[in-house]
Amino acid sequence: MAKFLPLSKAVAENLNNGDTVAFEGFTHLIPTAAAHEAIRQGFKDLTLVRMTPDLVYDQMIGMGMAKKAIFSYAGNPGVGLLRRLRDAVENGFPHALEIEEHSHAAMANAYEAGAAGLPCAIFRGYRGAELARVNPNIKSVTCPFSGEVLAAVPSVRPDVTFIHAQKANRKGDVLIEGIIGIQKEAALAARRAVVTVEEVVDNFDDLHPNLTVLPNWSVTAISVVPGGAHPSYAHGYYVRDNASYLEWDEIAADRDRFREWMQKNVIEKTADDFAARVEQLRNVA
Amino acid sequence: MSALGFTPNEMMTIAASRALKGDDVCFVGIGAPSAACNVARLTHAPDITLIYESGTIGTAPDVLPLSIGDGELCDTAVTTVSVPEMFRYWLQGGRISIGFLGAAQLDKFGNINTTVIGDYAHPKTRLPGGGGAPEIATSSKEIYITMAQSRRGMVEKIDFYTSFGHGDGGDHRQRLGIDTKGPTLLITDLAIWKPDPVTKEFTVVSLHPGVTRDHVQETCGWTVKFADTLAETPEPSRLELQTLRDLKARTDAAHSGQVSVQGGS
Repeated sequence: MAKFLPLSKAVAENLNNGDTVAFEGFTHLIPTAAAHEAIRQGFKDLTLVRMTPDLVYDQMIGMGMAKKAIFSYAGNPGVGLLRRLRDAVENGFPHALEIEEHSHAAMANAYEAGAAGLPCAIFRGYRGAELARVNPNIKSVTCPFSGEVLAAVPSVRPDVTFIHAQKANRKGDVLIEGIIGIQKEAALAARRAVVTVEEVVDNFDDLHPNLTVLPNWSVTAISVVPGGAHPSYAHGYYVRDNASYLEWDEIAADRDRFREWMQKNVIEKTADDFAARVEQLRNVA
Repeated sequence: MSALGFTPNEMMTIAASRALKGDDVCFVGIGAPSAACNVARLTHAPDITLIYESGTIGTAPDVLPLSIGDGELCDTAVTTVSVPEMFRYWLQGGRISIGFLGAAQLDKFGNINTTVIGDYAHPKTRLPGGGGAPEIATSSKEIYITMAQSRRGMVEKIDFYTSFGHGDGGDHRQRLGIDTKGPTLLITDLAIWKPDPVTKEFTVVSLHPGVTRDHVQETCGWTVKFADTLAETPEPSRLELQTLRDLKARTDAAHSGQVSVQGGS
C-alpha cells in the first residue's frame, strides 16, 4: 500500500548503495527531483537503468554514483551528446563506468518482460546490428514453432524504480497521462516503486476508465513534488524547458563548471525548489 | 544562400519531403528527417501518418520538436501509445512503410553508425547510440536516409554497424533472413542516390541544381558511382520553400522563447 512520504524519506527508505535502479520517463515526466534527492544523499555503486540516460544520469554519473549504466540512447535529446557520460566512457572520469548498451526495442521489451515476471524478453531485433557482438547480454533463441531465430535479452528487474506522474488520489492511486513511455512497465518490473506527483486530488471518479493508472497497492511510496520533472515536462502542467537542455550542453562540457553547478543547484537545494523552476513554464502548458 | 535563392540544406529537406506520399506510415527520426516529413505533411501529403518513437501516432506538430517526446507531438496525435507497444505492435508488427533516418556515419551500402568513432571499448568519440534505429532499419518496409555530405560522414568503412543497411551489398539482407527492403533512397544536400539493383551500392541518380559531379565526389569518402543518365532535381517551389522557412521560423521562436529558469537542470 502506497505511503505518502516527504521525498527525502521516500528515497532514503527505498534506495540503497549497490542497487539496480531505474529513474524512468521517456522525455516526458522524467523524475528529476527524485534523482537530485538521490544525489544529495550520496548513494554509491548504483546500476543505473534508463532507455535515455538524459540529464539525470549525466549528473549522477558525473557525481561518481554509478558503477554501471544500462541504456539504449545516451544523447541529450535534440541537442547532442551527454558530456559527463562521455567523460566516464572515454576517460574513466570520475571513475570507470561499465556499460550495457541496447536498442530501444530491446529495452522496452526487457521492461515489459520484467513487469510480466519473465526472465527474458524475446523479439525480432538486432538483425545485422553490431551491438550483438559487443554486448554479451544480447543472445538469440530459435522459435520452437516456426524455426525463426529471434533476439533475446534479460528482463529488467530493478530493485527500485522512480517515476514522476501527474496526480495521485488520496488513496494513493497514480495517474499518468500524455506520452506514457515506459513508466508503467518500469514500475511494475521493480521490487519497489516510488512515485513523485504534481498534486494529490480527492478521487479519480470522473476519469475515463482506460487511463493509465497504477493502483495504490502496486506503489511503495508517493511524494508530492510540484515541478519535480523539470527540465522535462508534465503534460497539462508545464512545458519542456528546452533552453535548460541547451544550456546543459555547456555546463556538462567542463568538469569544474559541472561541479559548481551541481553544488549550487542540487546539493544546496531541496525538492521544494522545483515548483519555482516551472512557474514561468506553466502559462504555456 | 547561393545565387539560386535557396541553401543546399533547404534543397535536401525539400527533396526528401517529395519522396513521401500521403498514404505512407512514416517512422520519423529526429533532426533532418523530422523537418522533411513535416514539410511533406504541410505541402503535398497532408494525410501522411507520422510516428515518433515516443509513442505518438499520426502526429501533426505546428513546430518541429526538439526531442522525440515533446508535448506537442502528443497533443496533435491521433493516439499515443506506450513505448513497448510502439516497438512491438506498430514497428515489429510490420505497420511502418517508411523508416526515415539520419546518420553520423554512413557507408555506400546504407549501413549507419551512430554509436562510436573508433573502437567500441575505447572510443575516440562516444556518440549517443542507436535508440530506435537498429529495429527501424530492419522492420520498416523500406528506409530513407537523409544527411549533409562530408568526407567525415560518408566513409568507405564505418566504425560500428549500429543499424544494418545492405551490409556488404548484394543479397546480404536476405542471407540474414531480413525480408524488408532496407535503404532505398539517400537524399543529401547535393544529390539523390538510389541503390544499384544488384550490388545495392548507392548510386547518384539526380544532382541538385548547380551541383557538379566533382562537388559530390569531393564531399564523399568513397568513389562515387553515377547513373548513366543523371537527372537534375527540380528546384524548390515557392510553396515548398515558404513552408519550410515558416516551419523553421516557428520552431526557432518556440525553442528560444522559453525562459531558462535559474536553478533549472
